[in-house]
Amino acid sequence: MIELTPFLKKLLGLPGLSAYETPVREAIAETWQPLVDELMVSRVGSLHGLKRGVAPEPRPRLLLAAHMDAVGLMVSGIVEGFLRITEVGGVDNRILPGQLVTVHGQRDLPGVVVQPPDFLLPLEQRGKPVRREFLLVDVGLTPDEVGKLIRVGDPVSFAQQPFELPGEALVGHSLDNRASVAALTVCLDELQHMVCGWDVWAVATAQEEETFLGAYTSPFDIRPNMALVVDVTHAKGPGGNDYRTYGLGKGVVLGWGPNIHPGLHKAVKELAERLEVPFQIEPMPRHSGTDAYAIQITAEGIPCMVLSIPLRYMHTPVELVSLKDIYRTGHLLAEFIARLKPDFIQKVTWEEPS
Amino acid sequence: MKPKQQSVTRLPLIGARQVALLEKLSNACAVSGDEGEVRRIVQDELKSVADEMKHDALGNLLVIRKARTESFLKVMIAAHMDEVGFMIVDKEEGGLFRFEMVGGVSKSHLAGKAVWVGTKHHYGVIGAKAIHLISPEELKSPISLENLRIDMGPGGSDHARVGDRATFATTFRRVGPSLIGKALDNRLGVATLIELVKHAPMHIELQAAFTVQEEIGARGASVAAYALQPDLAIALDSTPAYDLPDWDGQENTRYNTRLGFGPAIYVADAGTISDPRLISFLVATAEQYRIPYQIRQPGGGGTDAGAIHRSRAGVPSVSVSIPGRYAHTPAGLCRISDWRHTLALLYHALQDITPSILETERRMP
Repeated sequence: MIELTPFLKKLLGLPGLSAYETPVREAIAETWQPLVDELMVSRVGSLHGLKRGVAPEPRPRLLLAAHMDAVGLMVSGIVEGFLRITEVGGVDNRILPGQLVTVHGQRDLPGVVVQPPDFLLPLEQRGKPVRREFLLVDVGLTPDEVGKLIRVGDPVSFAQQPFELPGEALVGHSLDNRASVAALTVCLDELQHMVCGWDVWAVATAQEEETFLGAYTSPFDIRPNMALVVDVTHAKGPGGNDYRTYGLGKGVVLGWGPNIHPGLHKAVKELAERLEVPFQIEPMPRHSGTDAYAIQITAEGIPCMVLSIPLRYMHTPVELVSLKDIYRTGHLLAEFIARLKPDFIQKVTWEEPS
Repeated sequence: MKPKQQSVTRLPLIGARQVALLEKLSNACAVSGDEGEVRRIVQDELKSVADEMKHDALGNLLVIRKARTESFLKVMIAAHMDEVGFMIVDKEEGGLFRFEMVGGVSKSHLAGKAVWVGTKHHYGVIGAKAIHLISPEELKSPISLENLRIDMGPGGSDHARVGDRATFATTFRRVGPSLIGKALDNRLGVATLIELVKHAPMHIELQAAFTVQEEIGARGASVAAYALQPDLAIALDSTPAYDLPDWDGQENTRYNTRLGFGPAIYVADAGTISDPRLISFLVATAEQYRIPYQIRQPGGGGTDAGAIHRSRAGVPSVSVSIPGRYAHTPAGLCRISDWRHTLALLYHALQDITPSILETERRMP
């Protein structure tokens, strides 16, 4: 079994904002290299790993997708040596003051997000959560040096270093969605010891947090017969315990809704029951908020299923997951793939599971 | 010409060794009332040079360098060891803990941060509800403390106990001309005072008070001053630099202090009006040795001087601070040059100070 903690900690120590995924993609490629037959980078920067199946040609193709990009910030202005910022992906302004960040200028520069004192803010902002346009980043350099090293448009990533917590938990700044990249890696690792008919295309997609670019483009390249999408969902925790949240460490979460093919949902769910892999069901009444939203409508349409890993404090630098859920997700994927008959998808129809 | 005995020590510098010590001090956790970790570092640093070292009823560490002359001034320099932080006040299910603030931690800086809990610095996180689950209305209100917990992980219920202290888990680092750390307020003062003790002149009694509980009302300084009975006192602290741009481009006239402008000499804060003779002396010393300095904008705030100057029959006092941005948040930021110049100013001031300073008129130069 692959050791997830060092791999994930390495990924979580790397930047990889939407459209700037190169550092994290290279680290994933290094780990996937021995697990796949071919490895390539798409025109928009997604990582494609092909593990060939054994079924006769034309061999059916499975897309296994997890986005690798991370939310963060971007320099939107420079004032007296301080940086103004905008967001990449959705970030709650209220978690920003005091965050350590890395500004990717001419070189990587450590900095801190700063909330100016009230007297430097407009009257209506005083004593309230400060809007992003009034926050600043301080990189500790003189205005001259800042002018030379940083320009508007430079990406800014969270610098929170990953760490483990008791109970097989891991904390880091972009576990959304590198936890899922890790689950794909567990799956690829388990498939090494299994015979599978289908070609498996493991894809770490780019730019999910902004435009789903990778999820629109990779399936067009690959033309899979179906897709399994892995993402994170909200785990129960302080401040968030309602019906939209799922138990941390309580198993893989199976999506259900218009982005998801009901036949595929049923097949995955039945396998989870058979293998006694603990699972929870997540209703996704509209947009699933995952790559499946884009993949489903690529070309002539692709049957999709979403498997999610419960995660606390999403889109903060201290996202928290249970390693157990990652292993379970990877294991369930591998078992599902290994059991796929070449004609599986022809037999799956869009109807309510009984 | 100065007597020979006064020139045996040389101006201490801020080099790699001093930065490494500040790193150790800043990464140590010493929330008000629990200063042991910092106290032990100071003890180790100074046990070989101290003539006396006392650990009093509140946990102050009082270090004396005795005078080698017959008549001498007793000069107290106080640097508080404590920092703002948290105390665990309730244990819930699944490694979650409720906490309260100790000292003036900025409430808007809590969510989404890692913390160190207890003497073993166990990691925890103060999470925040995912933005996806928050209504637009809710986003406009501050995150309520009621909804925040320290999360020690699903298996972490034994990693913290009610009563444990916690701090932000910000590791010290150097960034070009600046330093970033969680407790620069006031480990900068502690690190500076350590150097001053190591390089103390022979004609004064230097009473170095590494104080406790400053952040909750300068409580340590008050008993330290009573015990030491100094002739005069200097509180050595780190004061806020609000030298940031105004939102609409207006001149920022309320910066308090500015980074890069040298040590901040206090004229008045909410707790003390500095002794004018000491202000004049420090200003004259800075000018004589061409050390940059700034006068902190008079106004609010307070230091250990507030408690010291009204000890017994009164102690002429002044505060000198190393300017620092973002105190009481996860990451403070200061300039190495300001630290160096503060050390130089106080070093020369101690070298040159004589009892006559208290015989002059109370007026500015």
